[in-house]
Amino acid sequence: MITYLEAIREAQAKALADDPRVYIYGQDVGQFGGAFKATKGLAKEYPGRVLDAPISEDAIIGSAIGAAIEGMRPIIEMQFADFSTVGFNQIVNQAATLHWRTQIPCPITIRLPSGGTAGAGPFHSQSMEALYAHYPGLVVMTPATVEDAYSMLLEAVAIDDPVIFCEHKYLYYHLKAEKLPTEAVPTGKARIARQGRDATIVTYSAMLHESLACAEELASEGWEIEVIDLRTIKPLDTDTVLASVARTGRLLAVGEAWPWGGVTAEVIARVATEGFALLDAPPMRLNAKDTPVPFHPNLWGTHRPTAKTIAVALRRLLSA
Amino acid sequence: MVQATAVSTASADTSDLKARFLTAFRWMLLARVVEEKLAALYRGGKITGGVFLGKGQEALSVATAMALRKGDVFAPLIRDQAGRLAFGETLLDCTRTYMGSRLGPMRGRDGNVHRGRPKEGLMAMISHLGAMLPVVAGTLLARRFRGVEGTVGAVNLGDGATSTGAFHEGLNLAAVEKLPLVLVVANNQYAYSTPTSRQFACEDLVDKAVGYGVAGHSVDGTNLEACLDVLDRAVTAARTGGGPQLVIASLLRLVGHGEHDDAGYVDPALRKSPLGADCLELAEQRLLHENWTTSSALHEMQQDAQRQVEEAVATTLREPLPDPDTEDWCPLATRHLCEGGYSPT
Ligand SMILES: Cc1ncc(C[n+]2csc(CCOP(=O)(O)OP(=O)(O)O)c2C)c(N)n1
Ligand SMILES: [Mg+2]
Repeated sequence: MITYLEAIREAQAKALADDPRVYIYGQDVGQFGGAFKATKGLAKEYPGRVLDAPISEDAIIGSAIGAAIEGMRPIIEMQFADFSTVGFNQIVNQAATLHWRTQIPCPITIRLPSGGTAGAGPFHSQSMEALYAHYPGLVVMTPATVEDAYSMLLEAVAIDDPVIFCEHKYLYYHLKAEKLPTEAVPTGKARIARQGRDATIVTYSAMLHESLACAEELASEGWEIEVIDLRTIKPLDTDTVLASVARTGRLLAVGEAWPWGGVTAEVIARVATEGFALLDAPPMRLNAKDTPVPFHPNLWGTHRPTAKTIAVALRRLLSA
Repeated sequence: MVQATAVSTASADTSDLKARFLTAFRWMLLARVVEEKLAALYRGGKITGGVFLGKGQEALSVATAMALRKGDVFAPLIRDQAGRLAFGETLLDCTRTYMGSRLGPMRGRDGNVHRGRPKEGLMAMISHLGAMLPVVAGTLLARRFRGVEGTVGAVNLGDGATSTGAFHEGLNLAAVEKLPLVLVVANNQYAYSTPTSRQFACEDLVDKAVGYGVAGHSVDGTNLEACLDVLDRAVTAARTGGGPQLVIASLLRLVGHGEHDDAGYVDPALRKSPLGADCLELAEQRLLHENWTTSSALHEMQQDAQRQVEEAVATTLREPLPDPDTEDWCPLATRHLCEGGYSPT
């Protein structure tokens, strides 16, 4: 069995093995193997190519952009997604605009350990995908499975553009697969994670698993819920979403991030503008509450969507 | 908030030193005892999330806070339990925040070391390292605007935080404005697993003072008397118009980065070096050596600390936890602009 976290480690090992242009840079990623052990053993296996960085996110990302201009393919680990805000300027103004302004590609991968876990609090829990997706010039990946964590990270390194790789900390240890994949769904394509005909849930990252659990529960009542895993939120596979809504007539978009202007809002906007006639009921969405992510598990458990609250929303959608 | 500690001069007489040393020692001991309790609670699954301890840094931390007065501003970081206590934070603020009590200052919304009472001059740190420095500079700017004189702001950071942009920008801004700010850097040789050799290339962090145009001080962070003395001088200099003061303390983090970390990466030679000495043990030896206290009095102090800690924990364990149904999900002060924890369904 291989975990989601091990898949991320394995993908980085393969990237280092296959391509001498790849190096890894981030705080404590060297001998220590990273705060979550995503680079465990790599510094030893690839001497001089897995480097500990100072606590300087702006410089870490800025230097990766410089190295990419010179033809390297850096993989950057932010210790937590939340700290990428300190490097925000380099990401959204430098990396995201480089190719558009100069035709020089910027093949950097920025790994963001994302999302909430119990007790992590406001600064170690954030889901930042929407923020980065907002900026033209970035690809934003949000893998929800062990297989995708592996194949999408390899793809991220191979792509000639800056990729924000949002890996979910909640999935690190307990999400397991039999083995690593040998082939992958193309980047930019969503995946139908569960087929159904009564309603469509569109989701991504850790919320895929809450949604699947909810679909399973409703199946025992006879409902057939289709669950779509977006995989990459930018680009967003509108075709797969619309095709599903065409079959079910009902849409619930679920995300762990804050509600204002995020992925779920985008999904609903696209379906409402491009597929309004496909809808049998007003589309719905479910997100975290619009407050910072709370520390205590009692609050955190309510702050983000869960299989239970998704089921409540879905029942309303089905009866609408 | 601050304990009534006389502002002493470098020529403090022995009885003054004795009194300050004993006061400092009591806070250090209380900090050590509560931290050991926190570690035990963590191991027992009573604390969710991280536990970050300041073992080995109590002398520096307490000296910073004891050099401050009521009305000053203090921005402690993750290893400042001793300084927090000396500045006036209660044990209950600590235990309640760690365990998420609804009655704590953070009401379960934030946890562990992310706590404070800004109204009382105790800043509530965010995780992003270095970020508190410009914020404290701002509190001091505000005091200047408001015509409040004679107060100081102290910011504690680690060696790792010196690499942040916020450190550079904050210290430079404070220097340009000649603010009464004391920046205390605990160089505990590591930032998580990263040794100082991967953090900065200057010989000595105190050399940075020259570049920023601020006064620099070095101190042995394992030596309580030295810490009391140097922090006192730095704070007095800031208070009397000397502008920002950069204090660099040398010591070693004697625990893991957090309680989840066994710190196996720490160089054994460092542990055995003078940097690896335990400031609390050294202070205790000094107390006995100078006959400032007796073994039995020390024993009583220990028991008293333990009793206070047990009481705080017992109180906290009886208290209500946050309740999502009655929680106020409005993040704004301007309530009518709040979308009410807006959830679209
Ligand atoms: C901007 C930022 N980047 C990364 C982190 C993650 N992080 C938390 S503590 C830490 C090490 C801090 O080292 P140092 O400043 O020396 O303080 P110490 O822990 O040694 O007291 C790191 C990298 C953070 N909190 N903020
Ligand atoms: Mg340090």
